[in-house]
Amino acid sequence: MEKRALFRSRWLPYALVLPQILVSLVFFFWPAVQALYWSVLLQDAFAAKTQFVWFDNFVSLFGDATYFASFKVTALFSVLVAAIGLSVSLLFAVFADRVVRGATLYKTLLIWPYAVAPAVAGILWLFLLSPAIGIATYALRSVGVDWNYYVNGDQALMLIVIAAIWKQISYNFLFFLAGLQAIPQSLVEAAAIDGAGPARRFWTIVFPLLSPTAFFLLVVNVVYAFFDTFAIVDATTQGGPAGATQILVFKVYEDGFKAFDLGGSAAQSVVLMVIVIALTVVQFRWVERKVQY
Amino acid sequence: MVERRPLLDVVRHVVLIGGIALVMLPVYVALVASTLSLDQIMTVPMQLWPGSHGLDNYAAVLAHGSERGSSAPVGRMMLNSLIMALVIACGKISISIISAFAFVYFRFPFRRVFFWMIFVTLMLPVEVRILPTYKVVADLGLIDTYTGLTLPLIASATATFLFRQFFLTIPDEMAEAARIDGAGPMRFFRDVVLPLSRTNIAALFVIMFIYGWNQYLWPLLVTTQESMYTTVIGIKRMIPGGDAAAEWHLIMATAVLAMLPPALVIVLMQKWFVKGLVETEK
Repeated sequence: MEKRALFRSRWLPYALVLPQILVSLVFFFWPAVQALYWSVLLQDAFAAKTQFVWFDNFVSLFGDATYFASFKVTALFSVLVAAIGLSVSLLFAVFADRVVRGATLYKTLLIWPYAVAPAVAGILWLFLLSPAIGIATYALRSVGVDWNYYVNGDQALMLIVIAAIWKQISYNFLFFLAGLQAIPQSLVEAAAIDGAGPARRFWTIVFPLLSPTAFFLLVVNVVYAFFDTFAIVDATTQGGPAGATQILVFKVYEDGFKAFDLGGSAAQSVVLMVIVIALTVVQFRWVERKVQY
Repeated sequence: MVERRPLLDVVRHVVLIGGIALVMLPVYVALVASTLSLDQIMTVPMQLWPGSHGLDNYAAVLAHGSERGSSAPVGRMMLNSLIMALVIACGKISISIISAFAFVYFRFPFRRVFFWMIFVTLMLPVEVRILPTYKVVADLGLIDTYTGLTLPLIASATATFLFRQFFLTIPDEMAEAARIDGAGPMRFFRDVVLPLSRTNIAALFVIMFIYGWNQYLWPLLVTTQESMYTTVIGIKRMIPGGDAAAEWHLIMATAVLAMLPPALVIVLMQKWFVKGLVETEK
């Protein structure tokens, strides 16, 4: 859709887009090009000598067992965050949708964790699950679970999964609720007249009609788990113990800023860029033709 | 309601209340911990009702941070966070609304190229270009400045798209009428487009304010002096490593302070928040 009524000016439109384009060029495009360039260079720590090495950085990256392990951790982490997060928020949304009394109150109480910074969410759960003093740890111990994420890698991963889901619940909840409220009530009523119970109605009518929303949220949650959870990891486990929570974004940061491996870090950035581009394309294809059941 | 099933209603409320309790639990515990003394927190299990040290703890962190970790005053950090959130929110909205106006109301060479350039920035989150972006900011001498903290985050493809979508729904007759009356494009922008965009601006403001306040990775890289820390970074710096040494009463007080402004914005502007959230993702 385009406008027919237009204004004319030789310079004004350029002046209007200039700030946005300038910021994009300086802080988005130039660094991205640099990342591409560095990814094919070998540089020593003092940047005295640089050498063009073709794809050696990528070859050594994919030959690196810790990078492969980091890929596996990230995959597991995003599957857990997306699967558990979406199921729990769908449950809340379905119940909140049908509640007559107190609906607004429930909604208000469920949406505000969106305001909590990921790093703060991580620290809140760190406190609850601290091996020494956490009250959740105390509760777990009293039922016989020995909780110590400092030494147990699975528990460390669980800690960041919980914090990441907690932070994202309100977002998923709002989108599911909006999706549910868009479903025509007449369909549900017709099914009820035909004798379908609540559970049957949900699985045969509501859930299929909700699939576009669910798919959209799936992509958003995977992107979230890949990129926005850096703060959670950095504020809680710092990738440990022994790399059990070292997600890809955290490894880029560690290799670049702590180990000063410019080429390796840049190569990882390029891999991540490819992942974001793929996810963004999937997301926009969805916008164009919505998934149908 | 299709049919009446009292039992199902009870189940519903129980699940919702249980869910809310679970969602609220970490925040409640943080609130309680921020009113206790360190000794009370270290007594396992910690008591679950508020203590009497609240005022002391909050006054202590606001004025001089923690003792064993970072000693930067949280009051200063709150100010930094506020500046960062406001500049990012207002900056994103301003530069997006004018570029969207240009895209919709003008035809000019390279228009498509510019539009695609903005679109592509969606695919380049800070996380994937950390090191080179840091280098650009360092070369420009913007480390430890508010400009360095905010300017690189100010481009916004989503806000530009949202405004573009909205401008396309403004009837053509309005622009025609304005032209016939002799109003130039900027006059039309100020007197017609801006007032019509009020709710969109409010909705975006809520989303972008929270985005700016909650930034983590970027301030972590760009700030090296304590006087430039934002609240979210400050909390992390208060944990000295090894949770036994951490002053949890002060950390939790800071966490509550870090959550307060964005939570207030959401609760007070709930209507715009929901609108902004749902529409920026379309």
